[in-house]
Amino acid sequence: MLFNLSLMALIIPLIAGVLAGFFGKTIGKTFTNGVTILGVLISLLISIYLLVSILANPKLVFNQNVYTWLSIGSYKLSIGLLVDNLTVSMMIVVNFVSLMVHIYTIGYMDKDPGYHRFFCYISLFTFAMLSLVMSNNFLQLFFGWEAVGVMSYLLIGFWYTKESAIKANFKAFIINRIGDMLLILGIALLFSVFGTLDYAHIFNNAESITSNTINLSSSLEISSLTLACLFLFGGAMGKSAQMPLHVWLPDSMEGPTPISALIHAATMVTAGVFMLARMSPLFELSATALSFVLIIGSITAISTGLLGLVQYDIKRVIAYSTLSQLGYMVVAAGVSAYSASLFHLMTHAFFKALLFLAAGSVIVALHHEQDIRKMGGLKSKLPITYATSLIGSLALIGFPGFSGFFSKDALIEAVSHSSAYASDFAYYCVLIGVFITSLYTFRLFFLVFHGHPNNENKNVKEPQLSIIAPLILLAIPSIFIGWPTVGPLVFNDFFANSIVQAASNDIFGYQFTDSYDFLTHSLSGPVVYIAIFGIFISYFLYIAKPEVPERMSKTFNPFYKLLINKYYFDHLYENIFAKLFNNLGNSLWTKGDIKIIDNFIVNGTANRVGQFSNKIREVQSGYIYHYALMMVLGLALFLAWVVFKSLGLVL
Amino acid sequence: MIVDQLIWIPVLTGLLVLVLGEKRSNFAYALSLLISSGLFFLSIYMYFLFDNALSSYQFELKVPWIDRFNINYHLGIDGISLPLIMLTTFLSPIVIYTSKTSPKNKMHQYIASFLILEGMMIGVFSSLDAFLFYVFWEAMLIPMFLIIGIWGGKNRIYATVKFFLYTFLGSVFMLIAIIFLYLKTGSYLISDFYEVSLSLNQQILIFLAFLFAFAVKIPMWPVHTWLPDAHVEAPTGGSVILAAILLKMGGYGFLRFSLPITPEASLSMAPIMITLSLIAIIYIGLVALAQTDMKKLIAYSSISHMGFVTLGCFVFFVQSSSINLDTINLAINGAMIQMISHGLISAALFLSIGVMYDRLHSRNIEDYGGIVTKMPKFSVLMVFFALSNAALPGTSGFVGELTVILASFKVNIYIALLSALTLIIGAAYTLWMIKRVIFGAVTNEKINSQSDMNLIEAIPLGLIALLILLIGVWPKPLTDMMNSTILALSYLVSG
Repeated sequence: MLFNLSLMALIIPLIAGVLAGFFGKTIGKTFTNGVTILGVLISLLISIYLLVSILANPKLVFNQNVYTWLSIGSYKLSIGLLVDNLTVSMMIVVNFVSLMVHIYTIGYMDKDPGYHRFFCYISLFTFAMLSLVMSNNFLQLFFGWEAVGVMSYLLIGFWYTKESAIKANFKAFIINRIGDMLLILGIALLFSVFGTLDYAHIFNNAESITSNTINLSSSLEISSLTLACLFLFGGAMGKSAQMPLHVWLPDSMEGPTPISALIHAATMVTAGVFMLARMSPLFELSATALSFVLIIGSITAISTGLLGLVQYDIKRVIAYSTLSQLGYMVVAAGVSAYSASLFHLMTHAFFKALLFLAAGSVIVALHHEQDIRKMGGLKSKLPITYATSLIGSLALIGFPGFSGFFSKDALIEAVSHSSAYASDFAYYCVLIGVFITSLYTFRLFFLVFHGHPNNENKNVKEPQLSIIAPLILLAIPSIFIGWPTVGPLVFNDFFANSIVQAASNDIFGYQFTDSYDFLTHSLSGPVVYIAIFGIFISYFLYIAKPEVPERMSKTFNPFYKLLINKYYFDHLYENIFAKLFNNLGNSLWTKGDIKIIDNFIVNGTANRVGQFSNKIREVQSGYIYHYALMMVLGLALFLAWVVFKSLGLVL
Repeated sequence: MIVDQLIWIPVLTGLLVLVLGEKRSNFAYALSLLISSGLFFLSIYMYFLFDNALSSYQFELKVPWIDRFNINYHLGIDGISLPLIMLTTFLSPIVIYTSKTSPKNKMHQYIASFLILEGMMIGVFSSLDAFLFYVFWEAMLIPMFLIIGIWGGKNRIYATVKFFLYTFLGSVFMLIAIIFLYLKTGSYLISDFYEVSLSLNQQILIFLAFLFAFAVKIPMWPVHTWLPDAHVEAPTGGSVILAAILLKMGGYGFLRFSLPITPEASLSMAPIMITLSLIAIIYIGLVALAQTDMKKLIAYSSISHMGFVTLGCFVFFVQSSSINLDTINLAINGAMIQMISHGLISAALFLSIGVMYDRLHSRNIEDYGGIVTKMPKFSVLMVFFALSNAALPGTSGFVGELTVILASFKVNIYIALLSALTLIIGAAYTLWMIKRVIFGAVTNEKINSQSDMNLIEAIPLGLIALLILLIGVWPKPLTDMMNSTILALSYLVSG
């Protein structure tokens, strides 16, 4: 029963997307948005029903194959569903945000000629994301992994005549493919050890291979498990945009805003974090891999946050914020606090989707203006957008009582308590990160909504209801979701059937009683104060004394330049790596293929070819029948043989 | 008897079309389409009669042909040949069907060439007698030369002669090897060759002789340079058959001849074969990146993809101490899946390029850009094929590469790592082309006056897309067809 329902939850967005894609244009807009919204709504309702059922009876959790995809000799690869607490929570997050984005799109894309295509894509994306989180094996994980990547590719390049958009989507795909290559190698490694790609089998037997090694050279060997985890994490680094594979995410802002909220904030980019939690039975067995995860996450969290401080594109600031928050989630996974990591994933999905959609609301109101220097004083013009943005911002910086507060505090609590290698480094990174988060968040907030109004924006007014309603609907969980959920999700055993934690990794020093107690407990720590301090500093810098940041950028010019140039990663990739491969390809072709193979090795032959072809050319024109005749004669002869033979005439 | 019909019905139809002459080319077209489509259904019928559980030849037909040399007209089908035959009967009507969209001189001859070619190709895939195999192998080349040499582009003669010299030299060595094996066994039956005991040196010589024929055909680096030239000059239909089926004969040859006849030589030559495969995957992939001509790009992409076929055929030998039957099975299955999949995807890509060429008469990437603004429906399919070419999961392109990478990792991490680079390189050259051709702003005025593809152009592309998707989502029926045969082959290979 639950199995069939889950299958429906998975398939319905696919069907809806296909219907919208094929028939939307002929039937009309109401059909397109109706069928896709209905599809996601049904999927969401089923997800909620699944959660209720599983909570009522934990035995209903299931792991069942749908069909055998491939069977070669003794190997069997299947498509199947694993529905447990982790899956169901992800399903709810994905479907809820997706539903909000679907509704929002009705207004946001109203006048766009690609209306139907857009709905088709986001529904298909929802399907791909669901198949990723519902998978019970590595194969299907990879399917979903790449499928969300393709949808992201198509959506970033949605406005396909815009050069910047199609450059960004190509870049996103290629960089993601680097991660995907590592992921497939990780999967291949696990397959070579276990002979299957089934989660349950691999996770249950992971401990038996802890002493397995792989020879990298005659003198260097590495634990198979560690290498597998590093490969898998390589995949996560691509999809969850961890340094140094983060460069595609800011550029992905070329896509329409609804997908920035859905794909590049709430769901797809968190796939890597989800995977770390899902693979916890493996990662828990490799302290090396976990420390690597921790370090990469810490660097990402702090360094990308800094970049948010110097951006002027409203969406890019939020994109850098997303990068930084993804770093936080990865850090949490690195200290084995998977539950805190997932919790932050969920709260972040709500408030970051909210922030993006609110930014979209501003953009629509300002007729597609994205530069925050041309905004300012929009508070009174866009009251609902203003209020919801404030809620999103407070949640993002972890203001006490807001959803982000609970998740970020629990996460930092875990880092501070960890004894893993590099956990001290991580702790300082996330602590400084809190300040930076607060700084860039309120820089954006103040510059857009407060400060001097721009004269051009006199007649600005709130966009239509379908844009505003999702903001309100997302603001609600952004405020409240932390209160009821922090206890069961993070400190109790809600995820116990999905996540494995090595017994030695005691995650929290804090004994949870209730959410209020958790709040007061946090007030005794520094985090909350750092965040609030950040708001004041940002008010001082961007409202009270706007000349200060300008002066600072001149005083600390080399550092400012480093930030403006995004640490020169793009330069390195585009002007050095990409160019190198291009030139390599070119010279392999012109020198290797043409010069050496064709002209040098085949030289003699080639010359003769020339002479030969000249002769042929003389007789060729108009003598097609010669060829045909030859052919016919040859075949006739051949046929004759067969006929003679069957007549018993021996040749 | 079905196999016999599959070979000779198209040939006889082709001859009939020639006799009917140019005046009745419309009737000839309809007839050819009807017959070749019928053949496809005949091959489906054969698929349903085919017993997956048997590893032996099915639908055998044996008629003595030249008794003095013990040559028989001996046909039969097993799990390796069946999918390739079905690929042939699937694509042949499509090629004939699309011949109408770009009108040509002597249409009836053009169609007749493809019909005769179809019969010969099926002959190659179903011959159990080595001599018969050789006859079909050579006979098949004639219509292909004509297709490129008569209906090709400006440099068609150069391309044809280059193609001819390469393949002909290759086949000569193969003939010598076949005759040698005949002298050893007194039989031309291919499966008799499997039994013969040869010294390692003899094996290596035979291996090399076959290698030359098959390496040219697939083609492997460094005997690959004829292919881009041939593709560029060939008319669309010629490119489709060349990439989709003719290249597969090389892979088929490795599986039918090299591996089972000379397993020990294969073992000792494996390091070279693997190196050449990896060069094909990476070097040729990078070369594809540098192409400015769409057809050349796809031609290089084909060579790169065929690297996975040769890799699959030889990678398992690396574990020489204890060759694992499962690994062999996995790798060879991967090679076969890759062949079928590449057959479909390359056919689709060449047809798509043909659709664009018919409109703008250019293959130059630079002349394009913004196709999607005028041809949105076509672009959907083109992007889909490009993503399949980049091995997107859910398309057939992924299945073969995944299987070969899985098998490679079982034997050596570095081979797996290098071959997996195709995920990046393949995506880079394919999608970069898409970026420049399909997306972007329209820069070439001519594009603005183009119309989207019509139903006639959409049908074949749609059919291929469906099949690519079907295999990607559920490859099991395909591998079920091959499993028993490949398992038997694995036993032969592992000795």
